[in-house]
Parts: sequence; C-alpha cells; structure tokens
Amino acid sequence: MLNFSLISSEIFLLAMTCVILLVDLFIPQRKHMLTYALTQITLLGAIAITVCLYSVPTTVAFSGLYIHDTLSSVLKIAIYGTSFFVFIYSRDFFRENDMAGGEPYLLGLFSILGMTILVSAYNFMTLYLGLELMSLPIYALVAFRRSSYTSAEAGMKYFVLGALASGILLYGLSMIYGATGSLQIDQVFTAIGAITQPHSLILIFGLVFVVAGLAFKLGVVPFHMWIPDVYTGAPSAATLFIAVAPKIAAFGMIFRIIVEGTGALQVQWQELFIVMSILSMLLGNIVAITQTNIKRMFAYSTIAHGGYLLLGFAAGSAAGYSAALFYTIAYAVMSLGGFGLLTILSQKGNSIESVDDLRGLHSRNPWLAFMMLLLLFSMAGIPPTVGFFAKLGLLQALISADLTWLAILAMVFACIGVFYYLRVVKVMYFDSALDNKSFVLPLDVKLAISLNGLVILYFGLFPNALITLSRGVFGL
Amino acid sequence: MTNFPLLSTLIWLPILGSVGLLLIGNRSVMTVKWIAMIISVVSLLLCIPLWCGFDTTNAQYQFTEFMSWIPSYNINYALGVDGLSLLMVVLTTLTTFVILLASWNGKQHNSAQFFATFLLAQGMMIGVFAATDTILFYLFWEAMLIPVYLNLGMWGKENRAAASIKYFIYTFTGSALMLVAILYLAANAHSFEMSDLWAFKMSRELQDLIFIAFALAFIVKIPMWPFHTWLPDVHSESPSGGSVVAAALMLKLGVYGFLRFNLPITPNVSEFLIWGMIILSLIAIVYIGIIAIVQTDMKRLIAYSSIAHMGFAVLGTFMIYIIVSSTGNIQNAYLSLEGAMMQMVSHSFSTGALFIGVALLSDRLNSSMIKDYSGLAHKLPLFAVLMMIFALSNVGLPGTSGFVGEFMIILSSFRANFWVTFLASSTLIIGASYTLWMYKRVFFGQVTSEKIATIQPLHKTETAALVILAALVLFFGVYPEPLLNVFHASVSNLLSQALAVKTI
Repeated sequence: MLNFSLISSEIFLLAMTCVILLVDLFIPQRKHMLTYALTQITLLGAIAITVCLYSVPTTVAFSGLYIHDTLSSVLKIAIYGTSFFVFIYSRDFFRENDMAGGEPYLLGLFSILGMTILVSAYNFMTLYLGLELMSLPIYALVAFRRSSYTSAEAGMKYFVLGALASGILLYGLSMIYGATGSLQIDQVFTAIGAITQPHSLILIFGLVFVVAGLAFKLGVVPFHMWIPDVYTGAPSAATLFIAVAPKIAAFGMIFRIIVEGTGALQVQWQELFIVMSILSMLLGNIVAITQTNIKRMFAYSTIAHGGYLLLGFAAGSAAGYSAALFYTIAYAVMSLGGFGLLTILSQKGNSIESVDDLRGLHSRNPWLAFMMLLLLFSMAGIPPTVGFFAKLGLLQALISADLTWLAILAMVFACIGVFYYLRVVKVMYFDSALDNKSFVLPLDVKLAISLNGLVILYFGLFPNALITLSRGVFGL
Repeated sequence: MTNFPLLSTLIWLPILGSVGLLLIGNRSVMTVKWIAMIISVVSLLLCIPLWCGFDTTNAQYQFTEFMSWIPSYNINYALGVDGLSLLMVVLTTLTTFVILLASWNGKQHNSAQFFATFLLAQGMMIGVFAATDTILFYLFWEAMLIPVYLNLGMWGKENRAAASIKYFIYTFTGSALMLVAILYLAANAHSFEMSDLWAFKMSRELQDLIFIAFALAFIVKIPMWPFHTWLPDVHSESPSGGSVVAAALMLKLGVYGFLRFNLPITPNVSEFLIWGMIILSLIAIVYIGIIAIVQTDMKRLIAYSSIAHMGFAVLGTFMIYIIVSSTGNIQNAYLSLEGAMMQMVSHSFSTGALFIGVALLSDRLNSSMIKDYSGLAHKLPLFAVLMMIFALSNVGLPGTSGFVGEFMIILSSFRANFWVTFLASSTLIIGASYTLWMYKRVFFGQVTSEKIATIQPLHKTETAALVILAALVLFFGVYPEPLLNVFHASVSNLLSQALAVKTI
C-alpha cells in the first residue's frame, strides 16, 4: 500500500535538505546564517508534522517496508528535538573552528533523515539503508576539520570500524534471511516462532552477528573501542552530534530487529545482553575514573550508560523496554547538555579538553556551572533529576523479571560511577579559577542550555508524563 | 486550618526559599541573612500548630497529605507524621534556627549560596522524616547529599574536597542496596506505602537479606564502626555551621531509618544479625570512645564522641529483641526504645551545642586544636559555663538530658544481659574522660597566648543560640515527660510491629 502522507515528515526533511543545499550554493551569505535558520525551521516543521501524525494508528506501509507506530513517532520527535538543540549549541563552534560553510548542517540533516528511516524501518533492507544514511554523513562530520590531525584520524578510525560493523550486521541479517526466508520484520518473527527445532544453528549464528553489529553501533563492551578515540578526536560539535541523536536511533534499531524480529529467540539474546551490559557498566565506569580528558571521560561514561540501556533489553519484558526507552530519551537529553556545554564553552581557542579546563566555572559563570551540576548528578542517577527515575525504572523492570542480582550489580557500578562525576563538580565548584574571563554567550544559546538543564530537573520532580509516554508505547 | 498542608509547607518553604536566595545572589549580605532567618523562624512557628494539633494518643500517621505523583509506578506524594517523626521534624527546624543564629556573624564568601545549602538541607531532611512513601523517602534521602556536599566542599577547610567526596561516596554506596530492597519489597507487596510494607510477610531468609540491605544504609549514615571514618573527616573539614547540621541532624536519619524500616519490616531476622548490631554498637561505645580520648582536634574529638553516643541509641533500638527473648518483659523493651529516642534528642542538643562552641572558637583563633587553647574560662566566663552544661550532658550527668536516655537504656538492658550492660555502662567513665579532659585543657589553666588574651567576646546572637540549647538540655534533663508523651503511642505501635511474627 502506498501511503505517502505517513512519510510526509521524511519527505519534507528530504525536500528541505535539497532546498538548503541549493540555497547554500547559490545565495552568498556571510556566516551561513540563512542555512542555519532554514535547518532549524526544517527540524521544527518535521516535528510539527510528526506530532500531527502521532494519533494515526499503527500502519505498515509500502508493502511492509515501513511502519508507522507510536514508537517511531516518539523516537522521531526525540531525534528532531535533540538535533534542534545540537545545532544551536554547535553554530558558533562551526563558525570559529574552520568548519564554516553550510556543509555541517547539510551532513547533519542527511544523517537525521537516515535516523528517522532507521526507526521506522520494517524491513531489514530499509533498516540497513537507514543505518548507512545515518552513518556516512557522520564519518564526514567527524573528519571535517581537514587541518586537524586528530579529527582526520578519528574520522578514519570511525569509518573503518563502522564499515566493518555494518558488514557484520549485514552478514548476520542475511543468515536470518536464509533461515526464515523473509526480510520483513513481522514475517521473520512468525517464521522463527514456527521453527520447531529450538536451536536452529543458522539462526543463532545470524543472531550473534546481528547483536555484535548492533552493539558496535551503540558502543557497548566488547565493541566499544572506537568510542573514546572518536569522541576525543572529533571536533566538539561533531562529538555532540554523534553522542545524542544516533543513540536514540540505535535504540529503535535494536528494538526493531531484536524484539520485533527475533523475539522468539529471547532466551538466546537475553544472555548476550546481560553479559554485554555488565561488561559495559564495569569497564565504562572504572576506566572513566582515570581519565583526565573530559571528552574521553564522557566517552567512557557513554559506554557505561549504553550498558544501563541494555539492562532494559536484558529484562526482556515490556516494562524493561519502556524503561530502556525512558532511559534512552533521558540520557540523550543529559548528554545533549553535557557535550553541549563543552561545545559552547570552547570559545575562541579556549577549547575545553581536560577536566581542569572547567576549574572554577562556578565563579566564572554560576548559572552554567549549575546546569552542568544538574547534568552530572543526573548522569550519576541522583535525585531529584531525571537520571534517578531512568535508573529506577530499569531496576524495577529487572526485579520484576527475577533478575534482582543484576539490579544489585547495576547499583554497585552506579556507586563506582559517582566518583568521576563528583570530581567534575569538585573541579567546577571547589577549585579556584585560573582566569576570571567570563563567558559571553548569545541569548538563544543561553536559553537553550537553561531549558536543557531545567528539563532534567523538571522530569526529576514530575517524571510521570514521560514515564506514561514510554509505557504507552509498549502498551502498558 | 485542618486542611492546611503543614508538612508540605515545612518541606517546600525552605527549599523554595533557598531558590529565592540564589536568585537574589550576593548583592546584599544582610538581606540574604534576614531572608534565611525569616524562613527559619516561620518554619519554627509552623511547628507550633503541628506540635499542638498532634494527638498523642494516636499512633497513626497524622497531618497526612496524599497526592498521586507517578501513577504508572504507583508512587505517591504521601506525607504524614507520627510521634517519632514529629519529634524529628521539630528538632530539625529548631536546630536549623539555632545554627542560623550562631552563624549570624560568621563571614563567608558567597553567603547567599551558603545559607541556601542550609535551607535546602533543612527542607529535604524534613521530607525524609515526613515521607510515608518509600520512594519519596529515598528521593529526599539521596537529594540531601547534594547541598551537604556543596556546603562542605565550597566553604570547608583545606582538605575539603577529599572529605566531601568521601562523604558522598560512602553514603551513596551505603544506600544503593536500600533502593534495590525497597523496589524488591514494592514489587512483591504491590505498593510503595510504608504501612503496606510493614504488613508484608516474607520468609526468614529473605528478611535477613532485606535487613542487611537496609542496615547497610543506616550503619553508614549513623555512622557505626567500621564505616565511621567519613565522619571525623567531614567534621574537621566542614565550615562552622556545616558540622552542626551533620552532627545534630544527619546522624539521626540513620537511627530513624532503623526504626522505620528494619524493626517493622524485618522483625524476625536471625538472632545472629541482632547480636551483630548490638556488638557493633558496643564497639562504637567502647572502642570509639577510647579513640576519642586521644584526639588532639576538638572537632574530631566531638565527632568520635557523637559516634559513641549514636551507638547507644542503636543499642537501645536492638536490645528490645534480647530483652523480650530473655526476660519476656515488654515494659523494659518500651523503656529501651524510648531511651533510644531520648538519646537522639539529647545528642542533638549537646553535640550540636558543642560543635557550635568549637566553631565559634575556631572562627576566632583559626584553629580547633586543643593545644592552642588554655584558660578560656578567664576570658569568656559565660561561654565556659554554657559549655560546661553541654559537656556534662555529653557525659550523661543526672539533671541533664544526656542522662535520661542513657539511664533508660542501661536500666532496661540490665536484666536481659549483664555483659552488654556492663560494657555499655563503661561509657560513663570513657565519656567523662574524653569530655572533661578536653574541657579542662581548653577552659582551665593559665591564659598562655596573646591570641586568647585578646579573644573577642561572644556576640549576642551566638550567646542566644547557646542559651537556648542549654535551657533545653536542662529542661528535658529534669522533666523529659513532654517528649516521652509525644512518642509514647507511636513507640508502642512500633514495638508491636517489631515483635510481631511476619514470616510466611
């Protein structure tokens, strides 16, 4: 069935991206402000369209290539919304760090288009296309600073390893195709259910490859090696971009393939996820302690958070998936704020690289320091921030799934993790500043970061709306 | 008036007030101080209708408030006080008021933030005491770490960063398992309400595990040996008012937790664990008391002494099982539990006051080492008298509030177990040694240094703060009846819960 109105937000995004491409080429602009403005308008428009389509019931369209459901709508709104903020934070960074020109915006828009296709894909083929469309512009974005050696290195590393992971994923998908005879997700699900032989070797073989590919994209142990290098090497704005929206898309991708596709193999993938989440929480939290580079520290913290996210899948219940969705969105907002602050503070050669660069932030700019404080406590999962409820939901799901030992382990790792977040707070609040230059920020950036921080506090005090939303997606 | 949300006001007035202070900023120090003081006085006044309107014959939660908060998880914003928590709420507001009074003349940088952390801590602490929903309890319990951490880290002494991180990680790690335990109980009892968890029945083995999970959180918070090492560090590094908050209020949270969670939820734990708790508290009383004797820093000395005193409160809490099992005398169990409550109240007054006193001295001489002081009684006679009262209460002399609690606990445990009583009673000697020896070295003797000879006299507000506490110490030492009255019904309710059989 062809139903173009369902994909109108993607069509709008693509059309506008092409328009912006032309505008950027032919209309001379100083500072590319028009490109920036059009990009933001596009994202707002896409949000509006997705909101309008929100109440449309679940529909599988285009002969089973594409699905529209509440999960895809929620994820898309989250992707557009966080990307909107990403561009606000990165605008000045692009301009000041020889990344001027319209390209970063265009690469970003194409990547966002890939993400939205990814979360709506209902066929392994569409899914793979979405994944590649998401990844390729990001490789370019990471390597965008041609003059910078580390940027090029990070781009190269990301590209080689990313391509490898895509290959692994594709290989796994083809095995599953071979065993089930279908690429469409719901047909794969029924086909696997119909296989009476419980341990069909080819299925398990395929599943392991698929999980490895997905784990790479999410960046969890043992497929995490690229994260620290890429996060550190990439320009701050690019790090910000890859740390936020792609994580939301990765959640969608894992849910579509693993739960909706290979749900009947739950016993098998549950164990894989348990092992990966334990290893990620362990390695991420412990290695982060020793980092002095703040981007690298956040990179390891991302690995740990990836592990927490997988706990929801490890629980293997609707409550677990909804907790994981809540966690994904909450974590996206937190890392948006965290990396966003690093990006906007990197002004005029005053790049924030090491933890000590934040020394005395409290006396230089108390409000920004307070926002960072909220973000850090939220990442550590301390109330009254949204991070606490994100963790609470996961623990609850684990306990209901009789995995109390895993819940205890998760709390133990959280305690280890607290240390490095506290260290940043200590540096900001207890140490004195090296210089007293205050930060001059444009009004919209100030508003955006304030909103970002306060949202974390607001949902820490009144989490119900977000919890209800994420439970509603999974019919709870 | 009956529907006025008194408890919510008591929680949120200081919290919102602190937000107000932060918005005002450091432009005018006097405005900041006055606003903080007004909020604190209003909170104190609000405690009057709370205290008077409280029905002491009723053991149920009163002044309850209920709002659906997170319906999808069945978590509610539920508040209420019974006799135990009412006392703690009033104690918290009163102590914060006294702290503000005592630090009125102190000089801090960023005074708006400084006072904001106090008010935040006050509001959250009342939240902990007033919450009847376990997640709400946990939320306040953890959130409180933030203002205390910042207060210690921003205005503390030289090693403040290490001490504050140590404090945060210790307490956070301690309470990590408590969250899992709460969630586990709630998943099986299908409710986060405290009273529903009290009614929940489970096997003995499970009770043991749940007991350990909760007890870890409270042991760290109290703190008891061997998890006590954060407390002396926090005290010696923290700013003047900060250590009073830590000593006088935060330590109570641990014992309160025992009374709220361990006794009623897991009453049938194995004897091994009960004896474990009793042995830990005896270690606190004897061993920590002996350590206190050799301290050279007054703040550390009082910190160790307060660990020893809280050990007494914990002893009184868990002796009820031994008393009932060996003598079957419920009346003595009462006495023991009420003694623990009295011990907490009295500890707040006397230790809080001692810390205020030391803080006042170290503000003046920039040192809290005992060797830097001598002959203060010649220069500050009124101060010396007041401190004598607190020192005697710390020792447990009859006529001071410190006597009442310790006496009740010793009396009730005497029949149950001689050796426990014997060891616990040693506090009368050990406590006297460290307190009075310190007092002698600091206040008596010759004025040895120029600094002491020219020491500034106490300000009126500082004197007022100490006089208020001294009056309370003496009043409740002679006439503890009003306090016992308030929590009598609740203690008997708690005791019936704690001695019930709740196994499957």
